[in-house]
Amino acid sequence: MLDATQDQPQSAAQAAETLLEVNNIEVIYNHVILVLKGVSLQVPKGGITALLGGNGAGKTTTLKAVSNLLHSERGEVTKGAIRYRGETVHDLDPADLVRKGVIQVMEGRHCFEHLTVEENLLTGAYTRKVSKGDIDADLEMVYTYFPRLRERRRSQAGYTSGGEQQMCAIGRALMSRPETILLDEPSMGLAPQLVEQIFEIVKEVNEKEGVTFLLAEQNTNVALRYAHYGYILESGRVVMDGPAAELRENPDVKEFYLGMSDEGRKSFRDVRSYRRRKRWLS
Amino acid sequence: MPDQLLFAMEVTLNGLMAGVLYALVALGFVLIFKASGIFNYAQGVMALFAAMTLVGIMKGQVPFSHLINAIFGTDIHYFGWHVPSLIAILLTCVVMVGLAWCVQYFIMRHLVNQEPIILFMATIGLAYFLEGFSDLMWGSEIKKLDVGLPQGINETIDRVTFDWFGYGFFIDNLDIVATVIAALLVVALVVFSQYTREGRAMRAVADDHQAALSVGVSLNFIWVMVWSVAGFVALVAGIMWGTKSGVQFSLSLIALKALPVLMLGGFTSIPGAIVGGLIIGVGEKLFEFALGPALGGATENWFAYVLALVFLVFRPQGLFGEKIIERV
Repeated sequence: MLDATQDQPQSAAQAAETLLEVNNIEVIYNHVILVLKGVSLQVPKGGITALLGGNGAGKTTTLKAVSNLLHSERGEVTKGAIRYRGETVHDLDPADLVRKGVIQVMEGRHCFEHLTVEENLLTGAYTRKVSKGDIDADLEMVYTYFPRLRERRRSQAGYTSGGEQQMCAIGRALMSRPETILLDEPSMGLAPQLVEQIFEIVKEVNEKEGVTFLLAEQNTNVALRYAHYGYILESGRVVMDGPAAELRENPDVKEFYLGMSDEGRKSFRDVRSYRRRKRWLS
Repeated sequence: MPDQLLFAMEVTLNGLMAGVLYALVALGFVLIFKASGIFNYAQGVMALFAAMTLVGIMKGQVPFSHLINAIFGTDIHYFGWHVPSLIAILLTCVVMVGLAWCVQYFIMRHLVNQEPIILFMATIGLAYFLEGFSDLMWGSEIKKLDVGLPQGINETIDRVTFDWFGYGFFIDNLDIVATVIAALLVVALVVFSQYTREGRAMRAVADDHQAALSVGVSLNFIWVMVWSVAGFVALVAGIMWGTKSGVQFSLSLIALKALPVLMLGGFTSIPGAIVGGLIIGVGEKLFEFALGPALGGATENWFAYVLALVFLVFRPQGLFGEKIIERV
């Protein structure tokens, strides 16, 4: 249905400009817990790059290392480098990064519960020193992408539904007029139909506003349908990467993450006592 | 009109005025609690510190004079000048901003994302440190504070009510001034937190530190700002209470009077602090007036807490507190 990689004659040109480069980083929490053991990845301008893998693979940590939210969780990048537009960024404040155009939408939405939806969106523009007219125009832009938010603009965000909160969180990030959005687990806790809707909007924002996305997702199936390129993480290492279309056809990815084997989708009865054929890391 | 009713009216009015003073202290608590989820135990001591600093600056006292004299064997106490009260108040504001910055830099910065109970403990530590520090800085004797606010019975009200009822109400001028200032302060604070960019960021920080960080709000800046504002409020409370009853250690105990006000009004509501203060002010005065003699007096010491307790049972978030939003 939606194949992002098919209509990508421009992707070759885009590949030339790497916006974000993560080079062999190691992340340690609390000085002892080693979470990332050398993750490298590249995010091309204007693309949607997916970071896939199961629980605890290090997806969120990778995103937080980039956005520098690690510090407040007592995490630290101990090795390697993170460069944005060729500039080392891992010792910057999150606020500096937002000003540079990199903003993170955190896992689990994290809306400001007691603020109204509109106030939530306005906080997204906190770092921008622009006129009220410009902010209003951007609010309008967000409401066009998320008509639902316009209806709920006066409700406290804490009382809106999970889907609306996810929209609110993405809309809030858009208000900072970002170049790159780090989107963490947008599908978490949402009905499949809503997940589809959210990804549809992500794709639209990517195409119309030219916003680059790096998204972490457990829902490999959906993510690979919308992304252009994917990295698969396991136990803090990148075990595989490639264009999304290739990953989708890869037999290992199919078996481990998409729940399919050569015979097609399996029923629960068959996989109950299932053991993975192989592991990437022993 | 029967005398009893007139007495009750006078008591009510005085209760309202006292309530305003409680509310002033409660306001400082609400501000910091709203912005950082911290119950700032040190708020009362901050009022004491602000009042002591103000007196010290006005009298031209040398800060840390005891320490200096002890170390260098000198005998200096005063610079020998007097600072006009308005300038002294401004200087005290600067000191309170400095204090806010120190609190942020030395304590709160290191405790981001910690449990509220740990932050609470930190403020207890801060309270006792600040108490000792203000004694060291300005000396521990009781001081008189007079910034030129009108005091004593308001003649106009006395005369007018005498003409009407044949009984003159006793209202203290200082209480009237306090009411006006508190009203202005509340309006300013509400406008600030609801309608400005920084105010919105402050509420955002209160809701979710991490998310606020992620949209580029600087927690350090917001917290210095909040503690500064709480410092100003402490200064105002310190001036009012200090003028009324002298600047001394017991000033820091007014914080205890603010607790029931907070339970009643809600920890997160600025108008709630005011209404809570008024209810408690009037409530305890009327209760004392009506039942005090029968109960053996001194009901003011506990009435407020009993009232707050009753409220806690039926409305845990207080009259105006934010509803605790719970959903997944």
